[in-house]
Amino acid sequence: MSRNIYSALLIFVAMMVSTLAFSGNQQHDHDGHDHSGHSHDQDGHDDDTKTADHDGHGHGDHGHTNSCGIEMEHGPYSPGAAAFHHISDQNIYNIGPWHIPLPCIMYIHGQGLDVFSSGRFAADAHGVGRKAYNKFVLFEGLASRVIDPSFPEGEVELGDHNVYALPEMINGKENEVVYVCYNGKSWKTESRSTLDGGVFGGGLTTFTDFSITKNVMSMLIILLFGFFLFRGIAKSYVAREGMAPKGTQGFMEPIFLFIQDEVCKPFLGHKWEKFQPFIMALFFFILFLNLFGQIPFFGGSNVTGSLSVTFVLAILTFLVVNLNGNKHYWEHVLWMPGVPGWVKIFVLTLVEVMGLFIKPLTLMLRLFGNITAGHMIITIFVGLIFVFGKSGENVPGSIGAIFGSTVLTLFMMAIELLVAFIQAFVFAILTASYIGAATEEAHH
Amino acid sequence: MSLFSIVLMEFNPIKPDLGLILWTVVIFAIFWLLIAKTAFKPIANALKKREEDIQGALDEAKKAKEEMSNLKAANEKLLAEAREERAKMLKEAKETKNKIVTEAKQAAKDEAAKVMNQASLDIENQKKAAMMEVKNEIGAIALSIAEKVIRKELAGNSEQESFVNSLVDDVKLN
Repeated sequence: MSRNIYSALLIFVAMMVSTLAFSGNQQHDHDGHDHSGHSHDQDGHDDDTKTADHDGHGHGDHGHTNSCGIEMEHGPYSPGAAAFHHISDQNIYNIGPWHIPLPCIMYIHGQGLDVFSSGRFAADAHGVGRKAYNKFVLFEGLASRVIDPSFPEGEVELGDHNVYALPEMINGKENEVVYVCYNGKSWKTESRSTLDGGVFGGGLTTFTDFSITKNVMSMLIILLFGFFLFRGIAKSYVAREGMAPKGTQGFMEPIFLFIQDEVCKPFLGHKWEKFQPFIMALFFFILFLNLFGQIPFFGGSNVTGSLSVTFVLAILTFLVVNLNGNKHYWEHVLWMPGVPGWVKIFVLTLVEVMGLFIKPLTLMLRLFGNITAGHMIITIFVGLIFVFGKSGENVPGSIGAIFGSTVLTLFMMAIELLVAFIQAFVFAILTASYIGAATEEAHH
Repeated sequence: MSLFSIVLMEFNPIKPDLGLILWTVVIFAIFWLLIAKTAFKPIANALKKREEDIQGALDEAKKAKEEMSNLKAANEKLLAEAREERAKMLKEAKETKNKIVTEAKQAAKDEAAKVMNQASLDIENQKKAAMMEVKNEIGAIALSIAEKVIRKELAGNSEQESFVNSLVDDVKLN
């Protein structure tokens, strides 16, 4: 019985993957522009020298040449680049073949807010816009802004393949810069501001993106889902008082009780009721987002695999822990009793204070790393089809890879399902233990 | 191009993005506060109440069971006592019965003996009286005979003899 189900599932996934593979191949044949769009990777070595000199860039035999004479190359498929592309946040939401426009809320430094729909970019199958709007263009689902002030405001028709990226050296680091071809001229754009100060290749630019991006949309969906789910359950606890749990209530109760009895009560002591909502909110928020990101062909949003999201969760944990820390806790951090003074000054206090920050840092990186890695591995396993198929040139190879890739993807998805629960649980239990340590009463 | 530079180029999840950070703060805060208020706390309270109810019910059942067993023991004791009482009563009744029967038998015997004695006494008395009467009668008869004989002797022998014979016959007839 169960074996039948598994084999049916395997065939189903194989079919899904094969449709993906073939549709991918068709797209490659159709516009000669590989799905990842990072075909420049392979000849990036010789690009190091000709940084901004993108005009002499096109020399391939196949692929399109856009109106600025830039060759849209068709290099070998790069699974790594495809994976990076797929886990990135975007200004459009892809569900299967549909592109759902999202509201763009752009804060242009020194000018103010600009709010419009990302539908104005008229994105193609790769999330590359055919139109510019108020100097903004869309490349691979992400909005960037033309730097040159002489670029016209409002809606500007660009046509196909006229938004493209070229590798460039910025501050001694290789980076990708998006260009727009308009009026026979290439216009340089810059991406949104990031808070890494250039460490990860970002930095402050002329605008900050406060848009409802794919990740924000996913969080909003999860917020609504969580709200209605838990309100329904809470209502059924009132309506069915004194009765055995049933339906959704019965499904969620063991999970709820598991967190309450195995995480909150043992770690938080008699104060568990005060912090229970925070732990629960963390657990279910992370769990739902982890699981939501794993729904195949439903955007596959990588919310808990974004450092910004895990950063916020970790900061909140840090604040909750340290704002609730009692005298006993601070005494142990700053001036550990029962230890010689010089040990405290030179070692212990230093280590403890570092620990205050390392704890949320590990929370942040653990969740980010696990979820991002899972998403990337799945994308790369699917990408094996293109690698073996040589981007459509070797169809038998890709058919063979479909089966191998299906088994690997299925296995990885099963592991990811486990990881979704484990990481939510680990985040919750560690938070509970930090809060528990901070609020523990002295007993010596 | 090294992997690291690919990461720098394309890897936007690792770049802290102010917009995403802001939205995460807002959405998580709403998730936390709203759901805590509308769901987590009521659910926890309901679960706590139910736990208490179940514990209460279990305790009550245990108590009832204990009471039941106590009651049962008391009942058994009572029953045993009743049984003993009954046995005792039965024994007493039997004894009483036996006593009454014995007494009645004795009384009857005594009475019977008394009646018999009286009867035999009466018979004796009657017999004596009857004998006395017979003696008197016989005496009277003998006297009358003697009288008549004496009278006959006075009239002749033969006549006397026949007369005596007739008298004797008369006596025989009697």
